[in-house]
Amino acid sequence: MKLRDLAHSRTGDKGNTSNISLIAYDAKTYGHLLEHVTAQRVQAHFAGVVFGEVLRFELPHLHALNFVMKRALGGGVTRSLALDAHGKSLSSALLDLDIPDVAASHAPPRPGAPV
Amino acid sequence: MAHSTRRSLRLGSGAGYSGDRIEPALELAELGDIDYLIFECLAERTIALAQQAKAKDPGTGFDPLLEARMRAILPTCIEKGIRIVTNMGAANPIAAARATAAIAAKLGLRLKVAAVIGDDVVDVIRSGRYVFEESGSPVASVGDSLISANAYLGVAPICEALATGAQVVITGRAGDPALFMAPLVHEFGWSMDDWTRLGQGVVVGHLLECAGQITGGYFADPGRKDVPDLARLGFPIGEVSSDGDVVITKVGSAGGCVTEQTCKEQLLYEIHDPRQYFQPDVVADFSEVRVEEIAPDRVRVTGGSGASASGLLKVSVGYVDGYLGEGQISYAGGGATARARLALEIVRERLRLTSVQTSELRFDLIGVDSLHGPSLSAEHCEPYEVRLRVAGRSDTLAEATRIGNEVETLYTNGPAGGGGATKSAREIIAVQSVLLRRELVTPSVVVIESRP
Repeated sequence: MKLRDLAHSRTGDKGNTSNISLIAYDAKTYGHLLEHVTAQRVQAHFAGVVFGEVLRFELPHLHALNFVMKRALGGGVTRSLALDAHGKSLSSALLDLDIPDVAASHAPPRPGAPV
Repeated sequence: MAHSTRRSLRLGSGAGYSGDRIEPALELAELGDIDYLIFECLAERTIALAQQAKAKDPGTGFDPLLEARMRAILPTCIEKGIRIVTNMGAANPIAAARATAAIAAKLGLRLKVAAVIGDDVVDVIRSGRYVFEESGSPVASVGDSLISANAYLGVAPICEALATGAQVVITGRAGDPALFMAPLVHEFGWSMDDWTRLGQGVVVGHLLECAGQITGGYFADPGRKDVPDLARLGFPIGEVSSDGDVVITKVGSAGGCVTEQTCKEQLLYEIHDPRQYFQPDVVADFSEVRVEEIAPDRVRVTGGSGASASGLLKVSVGYVDGYLGEGQISYAGGGATARARLALEIVRERLRLTSVQTSELRFDLIGVDSLHGPSLSAEHCEPYEVRLRVAGRSDTLAEATRIGNEVETLYTNGPAGGGGATKSAREIIAVQSVLLRRELVTPSVVVIESRP
């Protein structure tokens, strides 16, 4: 399944560093995110985009993770040649990550599916 | 800080950035039952651009929308006693205060406006040996290209401005959350070493400072995260109690929504280590923050705390970092991507053959790989249309201009069917940060009154 089925996300920028939050729709799937969306996995996903280290911070009360990615913004929003100099669209790339299916009992209702 | 009897305050957020919509701020003033209306309008680079404008004309250098915003909101805010705090002063808070007072006078209104100055530390930075925090290179290496250096002020000078009784307070560079914390410190009489309350105050300011980003803006994803009536998106209200607990809400009739999801996304926006969010007055800790929806469009956020501030203030240093030249052209239909790739290789070769001087070049296929590069986009299928974009950095405007020219000449010299070519070249204003000892920054307050 895609990460997008379990979590939502927003990207922020400071200098040449990007941060991406990853927030579980359902508290019950936070553990699945913790297990499968590691800093190493995110670093590998963004190879070619992120040239520094990737750190992961855990926010268990919010059922959220925060990824901090260094050297990710072509020198920083003010000097980057990139079309998306802020890297704002990086959250969508993170949510495109494939992760193992969550146990059916823990999956939130699929959007649009009959309840 | 004589008003410590207040039990709660309603803060409205009137703008999330310099160019933001104006009607939602007026809606808050008219229908939001708010005590303060706060406008955060100053991005990192904006102040350097404003400094350039001020150098050309000393009466300018403040936010270009300040006058339009003030004309729209002042009559209602003055009638209802709503106080305004904003960083729309940019590089020239005194000129912004004068312009605001002049608008009030023209409307026949009495108004006291306070300007907070002293964030401009360009002389200190120019004469010292400072190093950019991220790159480690000396500030001196940018030489004459240095444009501006502005320290992030904390709440103290804003409180001093509020204590003059001014209804409008206009700053230049200040910590964004400080614009929201200052009314809390001023009205509730919080102590400046009450790290828990100040830390929760940062939470309040951080949640509100991007306006619509917490009421459903920058959030919608159809079928998964639906948001009603985004064209009429309401801006947020923070109902803050004297201990700092906040309920985020909006005007009932406004578009948008306030949910646990919108609040969580905004809470983590631009945060690195949630235990250490550095601000001028406190190092805030978001790690124990809780969000709880207590009613539709009402979310309570509690649990922020903090530790004593460092003795250093962040300073944004703006400088000219060369020129950016750019050209774009589109291809469509069968083989669009292949023709765009051929065009890209032609431009690459042309820039080399004609010796265009660049220190950095970038080739994008918009619709294919421009946002995240070739690896993430590799497995996705062929688009109907593709737009080639070539961007480069040069030391002079003349060289930068040649980059776009080489894209434009694809019309008659490149692959079949190219259309919609555009080209541009502009100065690059870069911003990097420096840390400065707090005692080297000396803010002060200037009061200006309108005489109708």
